[in-house]
Amino acid sequence: MSTTKNGQEISMSRPSVGEAGRTGDWRNDRPVMDATKCLAVKQGRLTCQICWVYCPDGCIAQGIGPVIDLAYCKGCGICAQECPAGAISMEPEADHGTCAIDAATAEEAGR
Amino acid sequence: MSAPESACAAALATASMEVMTGNDAAATAAKLARVQVIAAYPITPQSPVVEQLSAWVESGELPAEFVTVESEHSALTVCIAASTVGARTFTATSANGLAYMTEQVWWAAGARLPIVMCIANRAMAAPWNVLNDQQDSMSVRDAGWVQLYCRDNQEILDTTLQAYRIAERLHVPVMVCYDGFLLSHTMMPVSVPDAAVIDAWLPKYDHPLTVVDPADPRNIGPVVIADPRADASGEGHGGYMEIRAQLHGALLEVLDVIPKVDSEYGAAVGRQWGGLLWEHMLDDAEVVLVAAGSLGTQLTVAAEKLREEGVKAGVLGIRAYRPFPVAALRGKLAGRKLALVYDKALAYGYEGPICSDLRGCLLGTPDAPAVFGAVCGLGGRDVPVDQLAGAARRALADAEAGLRVRETDWINLHLEG
Ligand code: SF4
Ligand code: SF4
Repeated sequence: MSTTKNGQEISMSRPSVGEAGRTGDWRNDRPVMDATKCLAVKQGRLTCQICWVYCPDGCIAQGIGPVIDLAYCKGCGICAQECPAGAISMEPEADHGTCAIDAATAEEAGR
Repeated sequence: MSAPESACAAALATASMEVMTGNDAAATAAKLARVQVIAAYPITPQSPVVEQLSAWVESGELPAEFVTVESEHSALTVCIAASTVGARTFTATSANGLAYMTEQVWWAAGARLPIVMCIANRAMAAPWNVLNDQQDSMSVRDAGWVQLYCRDNQEILDTTLQAYRIAERLHVPVMVCYDGFLLSHTMMPVSVPDAAVIDAWLPKYDHPLTVVDPADPRNIGPVVIADPRADASGEGHGGYMEIRAQLHGALLEVLDVIPKVDSEYGAAVGRQWGGLLWEHMLDDAEVVLVAAGSLGTQLTVAAEKLREEGVKAGVLGIRAYRPFPVAALRGKLAGRKLALVYDKALAYGYEGPICSDLRGCLLGTPDAPAVFGAVCGLGGRDVPVDQLAGAARRALADAEAGLRVRETDWINLHLEG
């Protein structure tokens, strides 16, 4: 039996936020939600949530309207493609200046 | 094979002697191991293993889940899934079937699943050929599985049972390799241990590395990044290299476990097989003939023939090819004049795999013999004793002429005439 700190013999972990790493730094385009178009917001109740269903990274939280966690959104654009109301658009990351997760990523790398 | 003096006489007394093929010996071992999930796709010469096991499951004689699949890739995938949740699993294949499941062969080892798979060794196409050589299993020697090679049908049964104990002790998958047709379809007397003896020796597998608990769920097999990292809860996780280094460490530990399990089996069942290596007339041998599988048995006859001619020949059989028994081989071969390796496989563009492994492990050791290679028996080509002995005579003449490096000798090859 290994005594090292990283001694688990297989790849296995507890499911939790960020478990697969900070996938947000893969992103070229970022999803931007226009809440005025979102069906859930328009109807004022927890409806639709199709973006939440389709996000392959599980980084959209259900809500009126749903909330995207940009620390883990990899920018695939599936949510924008699937939203029936056209409420989500993909915009170049560069248009938003420095990626918000850079500081956190740098801190993690230095640990 | 040797029966220890202290062998469990009761175990031998309750065993039944049956005449069976190598495939039946493999199936019988799986049944005695009380495998819970079997998934296999038929391919010559392995098919009778699958047929026998499915018949036992159908009749209720073997209370296991038999999953019929559309391919070997799926067969091993089913075993991977079942083993992940802690079931004892079995599969078997040959040649192109093994090649077809290769992706999952690597997965099973990297995920540290104690799957046991029998390989009825067969030549790889093209050209199409269903007969014996060892190219199939040799081609996946680096995948992280233990590989054990058998000489006869009794050893197939005993080794398959030992394989579960080795696999489950260190969480590594094991291939039990036996020569197609030469063993798979040849009838021999086989002593079948009583089920109660094996139940006591091989208790239920109950300690998988994976945690499968709906109340405390896990991600099993998530992608790892290059470097170690802490997960979201702060727990440290190895990167790819840490996990791979531990697989390698486990395989090296298997070198101690194989002989231990062999002698534990001997004490419980009354037979053991030499652990990592076996030998015949080796004590004073100057010329050592090396091979894996039933070819080794053929070499014992060749060695005896050479002895009659005054050549001090002996045989060193490779039972464990992976992990490669480096220290044991160095110990057995130091001070000999010549080791001639007979490979039933070829690393095309180089030489026989056992030959290069053996030369590599002896390189630079004191008193190392000359190591020469011979390739034989590809695609079922006969390996007559006189030709095996002839190859040894040629090799000895070359070694005595001072050669240390030599081209691979091809035995019973007829490119002309
Ligand atoms: S679907 Fe893709 S783009 Fe949309 S939030 Fe999820 S990861 Fe980001
Ligand atoms: S898919 Fe579009 S409309 Fe539906 S909840 Fe998500 S953002 Fe709103």
